[in-house]
Amino acid sequence: MTQLQYSSGRPAARGAALADGAGSLAFRTEGISKVYGEGPAAVHALRGVDLEIPNGELVVLLGASGSGKSTLLNILGGIDRASGGTAWFRGEDLTAMSDKALTAYRRRHVGFVFQFYNLMPSLTAHENVDLVAEIAPDPMPTMEALTLVGLKERATHFPSELSGGEQQRVAIARAVAKNPTVLFCDEPTGALDSKTGVGVLKVLQNLNTELGTTTLVITHAAATAAMADRVIHFADGRIREVVVNDHKISAEEISW
Amino acid sequence: MKRLPVHLSPLDRKLVRDLWRIKGQAAAIIFVIASGIALLVMSRGMIMSLEETMRAYYERYRFADIYAPVKRAPDHLLSDIRALDGVADVQGRVQGGGLVDLPEVAAPISARIVSFDPDARAPINGVYLAEGRMIDSSRGDEVLLLESFALEYDLGPGDTIAITMNGAQHEFDIVGLAMAPEFIYTIPPGELVPDPARFAILWAGEEALEAAYDLDGAFNEALLKISRGADEQQLLDALDRLLAPYGAVGAYAREDQISNKFLTEELKQLDTMGRVMTPIFLGVSIFLLNIVITRLVQTEREQIGLVKAFGYSNADVGAHYLKFTAVIAVAGALVGWLGGQWLGRGMAGLYQEYYQFPFLVFVPEFGTLALSLIICIASAALGAFVAVRSAVALSPAVAMRPPAPPKYGRGDGVMRGLERMLDQPSRMILRRIARQPGRAALTVIGIGAAMGLTVMMRFNINATDYMLDVSFNVVDRSDILVTFVEPLSDKTLFELSSIDGVTYAEPFRSSPVMFANERIDYLGSITGLPDNPILNRAVDSDLNTVDIPGEGIVLSEQLAEILNVSMGDVLAVEVREGRRPDLEIPVVGFVEALIGTPAYMTLDALNRQLYEPQRATGAYLKIDPLKSEEVYNALKDIPLVAGVSLRRESYQKFDQMIEEGMGVFRTTMMIFSIVIAAGVVYNGARIAFMERERDLASLRVLGFTKIETGYVLLGELAILAILAIPVGSLFGYVLWSYLAGAMSTELYQIPTIFREDGFGHGAIIIFASTAIAGALVMRDVAKIDMATALKARD
Repeated sequence: MTQLQYSSGRPAARGAALADGAGSLAFRTEGISKVYGEGPAAVHALRGVDLEIPNGELVVLLGASGSGKSTLLNILGGIDRASGGTAWFRGEDLTAMSDKALTAYRRRHVGFVFQFYNLMPSLTAHENVDLVAEIAPDPMPTMEALTLVGLKERATHFPSELSGGEQQRVAIARAVAKNPTVLFCDEPTGALDSKTGVGVLKVLQNLNTELGTTTLVITHAAATAAMADRVIHFADGRIREVVVNDHKISAEEISW
Repeated sequence: MKRLPVHLSPLDRKLVRDLWRIKGQAAAIIFVIASGIALLVMSRGMIMSLEETMRAYYERYRFADIYAPVKRAPDHLLSDIRALDGVADVQGRVQGGGLVDLPEVAAPISARIVSFDPDARAPINGVYLAEGRMIDSSRGDEVLLLESFALEYDLGPGDTIAITMNGAQHEFDIVGLAMAPEFIYTIPPGELVPDPARFAILWAGEEALEAAYDLDGAFNEALLKISRGADEQQLLDALDRLLAPYGAVGAYAREDQISNKFLTEELKQLDTMGRVMTPIFLGVSIFLLNIVITRLVQTEREQIGLVKAFGYSNADVGAHYLKFTAVIAVAGALVGWLGGQWLGRGMAGLYQEYYQFPFLVFVPEFGTLALSLIICIASAALGAFVAVRSAVALSPAVAMRPPAPPKYGRGDGVMRGLERMLDQPSRMILRRIARQPGRAALTVIGIGAAMGLTVMMRFNINATDYMLDVSFNVVDRSDILVTFVEPLSDKTLFELSSIDGVTYAEPFRSSPVMFANERIDYLGSITGLPDNPILNRAVDSDLNTVDIPGEGIVLSEQLAEILNVSMGDVLAVEVREGRRPDLEIPVVGFVEALIGTPAYMTLDALNRQLYEPQRATGAYLKIDPLKSEEVYNALKDIPLVAGVSLRRESYQKFDQMIEEGMGVFRTTMMIFSIVIAAGVVYNGARIAFMERERDLASLRVLGFTKIETGYVLLGELAILAILAIPVGSLFGYVLWSYLAGAMSTELYQIPTIFREDGFGHGAIIIFASTAIAGALVMRDVAKIDMATALKARD
């Protein structure tokens, strides 16, 4: 990861970040907003989000379509930029980073799991994981990542030869193979049936428990919230409610 | 492009916005089609205009149909000629060679002086007065001067000019500048190409010329107009019979008149070039249009699903994409047609000056408009149809989901070994090519076809360079070519050799003859060369000197083909000078000539056959460059010199002619071929980008840098471009082999040589296009919106 990149014009932000202690919080945001378009046609996807996410937690983001959860995930994941406010990752200001620094951030720290898997169709399961392992500074062995998601036997198969659930598990293996600091999952079960979806959630839960990877999961399925450490409810571009879950349940117990 | 002013249906709005979205790409396609169309329209328009101009010029100034040169014929013979079957009008004139002595020019300049009756109501071979006034028939010292020559030396009405005719110098007043259909091209004696600066044409009163050439009450050339439906060949034969006692060289028709022959050959060559190149260019651009449209529609797959989900029928969707492609096709056809008209007019204008037409008849080319539109729309429709058919076959739900991962396999054999050494992005590149070899092949063929055009154009340029090089550095290595008014004895040769500064003089003889074999007649000449010639040689295709054995004749391959003779045949030859013997000469060899249709004999053998020993009609000289002025001055004083040609100047003139005439046309085509190449590569890159935008966005999210992401996309393009090089080279080779043959005429043999730089040139254009297209697409890669691309639902 590159150096801390504070803007010199924001002493207050700097002080706040240091006071939080870089070790305890994975993310912190202050007044994050996002506007698409301009003038009367402007869409306010986020209207000032303040948030703290401690390291190692499994966080579920809930909310209707257009409530802003994906937008926030994209900003925290370094693939979109905020229109206003500040977001820190372990004390580093993501909103002040250059494109290059954001790429390096994604490369080093971030694992992504997408609704439609986004595997490279021309690469086998093993090679899809290799694709990321090759550019990561400290990857885990590819077979280990595939074993984690239970796909050791399917390593030489191409995406076209795998079911939807299997493809999503390859995508998860690809995301965790780099030993990411944070894992972002945008509707990871959205394209899957309930049973297969539960399997995927189980994998995510295990990874969070065993590797301690901070995990953010967006879902429509409210039932998923039961397995989270923390549930953030979105509405109209704002956080409506943050619920800290004292009694997490296992993914197997979830159904929707 | 947010609001559209006119009311359009939603699909039409989408159409307009979609077109705007891909505007760069659409522009590239439009230019590719327009290039093909423009070439068609330009070459048709230009050639039709030039032909029409030539026709009108000939008609207005009564360009003679038949020329009958004689040594001396009494004027009363004209009524005998008029009585011949098929003669509409006849006119006798005096014409002869001479030398112009301009004070500022060291070397003597050849001249042709023709008599002209300013009072004739409708003269045959009239003149167009460009400046000044007509000569006065009562004055013997007035002349009209050919405008192009006058311009070279800044001469005009009021100036005087000194001409040596028949060994005596005459002073004339220039009263006007003129042009004439018979002197559109002025080729000095002994030269290969027109050179207005080295050949003066003058018109003077009949009496003055009759006196100068000792032709009182006589003429030495009859000009004829023939009546409609007359048998030209019969008339030529009758003229030859009638005029034989008066030293006829042989009557010839307009088609053999030198200026006309040059002009028609060049127009024919332009026409061939247009006819051969146009379908090739058009074919390539249509092929590309088809590929591009097909792939463009394929990238619209999700939108097609969406539109169908709204309830639009397959026919609606089909019509929508048909319109989409038709807009591009029609725009391409119109841009091409308008551009072609404009270029055609400009080009015809250039040629008008070059050919010295006093006016230009521009013929707008409407015939090609409909054709262009039909070709473009049909081919775009075909492309759209194929692509839309597969797209509408999907149910909306399936179409709207991202396509199922396409099936891939590992490489086997060599590929597998290769893959093992590569990183994942490189494997992706290889497998994508291997998975759809058909599509990769189409791209390779498309780029190759575009490159083939550039290679062909380069070979075209190489061929003319080669032709020049062989003609001036291999065949003819002299410094000066001197031609005589008539065959002279070796005394003149001795005189030439003794000029201070002349280091070597080599005689030759050129005799006008009619070759005949079976029923084929061909008016040509035999060149007699000394044994072991040094300065001017006959060479074979390997550029080795051809040995001319004994009494036989060596023919250029083109002439042999025209006459249909083979080795060992005996060729009938009617000599058209001196004692005019009828000869039978055995064909003993063939030679590949690049220019003209020569026939060679040894000088001794030719002279023997003509019963005129030790004669020459000219000589090639090698001179001491430091004494060139002295040599030129000495040549001015030798009587009976018809022309002095400086080879260095001829070379430059030839080069200039090729650059200015054919060169402009060729350069235009070269530019078109580059546009096509660049358009193809850019479109290939853009479409590859659109097809893979999702994958590329995923790579960016996974932490790949822009460069690493671009590599996955452009690596494929680079490989395809490299594969296209041999394909393009092959195309270029085939196209040029065909074109060279099609463009060869009686005057020029286009050599089918293939120099490596032709391939290199094409390859550079492809690599440069690829680099530029790559840079443009890299901008798109840099702008990928990761957040929305991942959802990819728009």
